[in-house]
Amino acid sequence: MKARVTIMLKDGVLDPQGEAIKQALTSLEYNNVNSVRQGKVIDLELNESSEEAAIDSIQEMCEKLLANTVIENYEIKLL
Amino acid sequence: MRAAVIVFPGSNCDRDMVCALNLAGHEVISVWHKETELPKNIDLVAIPGGFSFGDYLRCGAIAAKSPIFKEVLKHIERGGYALGVCNGFQILTEAGVLPGILQQNIKTKFISKAVDLRVLNTTSIFTHRYVHEEPISIPIAHHEGNYFASSDDLKKLKDGDRIAFKYIDNPNGALEDIAGILSENHRVLGMMPHPERHTENVHGCQDGYPFFEGLFQSN
Repeated sequence: MKARVTIMLKDGVLDPQGEAIKQALTSLEYNNVNSVRQGKVIDLELNESSEEAAIDSIQEMCEKLLANTVIENYEIKLL
Repeated sequence: MRAAVIVFPGSNCDRDMVCALNLAGHEVISVWHKETELPKNIDLVAIPGGFSFGDYLRCGAIAAKSPIFKEVLKHIERGGYALGVCNGFQILTEAGVLPGILQQNIKTKFISKAVDLRVLNTTSIFTHRYVHEEPISIPIAHHEGNYFASSDDLKKLKDGDRIAFKYIDNPNGALEDIAGILSENHRVLGMMPHPERHTENVHGCQDGYPFFEGLFQSN
C-alpha cells in the first residue's frame, strides 16, 4: 500500500524559506503572489493490507518522527 | 564530574566538548550513538553541536530517536544532568525533553560569529558561576537557531526561571531573544551558543570557562 504524507507549517508560524521564495518570485515580476508556504512530502510504501491499520500506523509515525507537531500539521493520503 | 559526550554521524563539536570538559577537570567518555548503554555512574550527558544525520527531516529529529537516546532519556528521568549545545539543543527539543523548537534563522542565513549573551538564571549548575545579567561573549554557528515555543510553554519558562541565556542583539529571530533554556528541574540545559569555543586562552576569550568549571558544585 502506498501513502503520501504532506507536512506543512501551522498557520501563524513564520516560514523564512517561504518568504525567501516569495521574494524571488516577486523579483521575477510575479506580483500576484500574496503568500508562499513551503512544506514537505513524504511517500511511504507499507506492508499493510488494511487501510485503517495503515492510517493508524502512519499517524503514529507522524506523531513520533515525521512531523514536529509544535509547529507542523500533517495530512495522510492513501495512494 | 563524570561526563559522557554522545557522538552521532555528523557531530563535529564533540571533541571540542571533550576538551572543554577535560580542561575543567572532568572525566569524559565519548559514546557512539549506536551504543545501547551509557557508561556506569555518569553525572552529565553532553550532546554536542554538529549536523547529526545531515540535518535530514528536521535538525536533531533522527538523532533524538537513535539507540543511545533511550538511555539518555532514562538518565534525564532519573534526574541526571544533561547539556545540549547547538545541534544538541535541537536534539533535546526534538526528543521532547525541552519545550519548543529551533526554526530556521529569520534571514535564512547561516550565522557564525561571537555574540553577547545576558545570563538570566544564575542558580543552575551550568550558570551559577556567572553574575545575574552579566554579559558574556560566546560564539554561535547555526542555520536553525530561531527559538519558538507556544505561549503556554513560554510562560512556564518565565515562571520557572528557566530562561538561562538571552541574546543582547538577537541574531536569528529567536522568540524573546532566547538563547538557552533549562528543564523544569534546572538539570538539563539546551543552548544554541557554544560555550566550549570560548574556554581556552588561545580562543581569545574565556567567557565559557566558568560554565564548565562550575559543573563541579552541584546545587
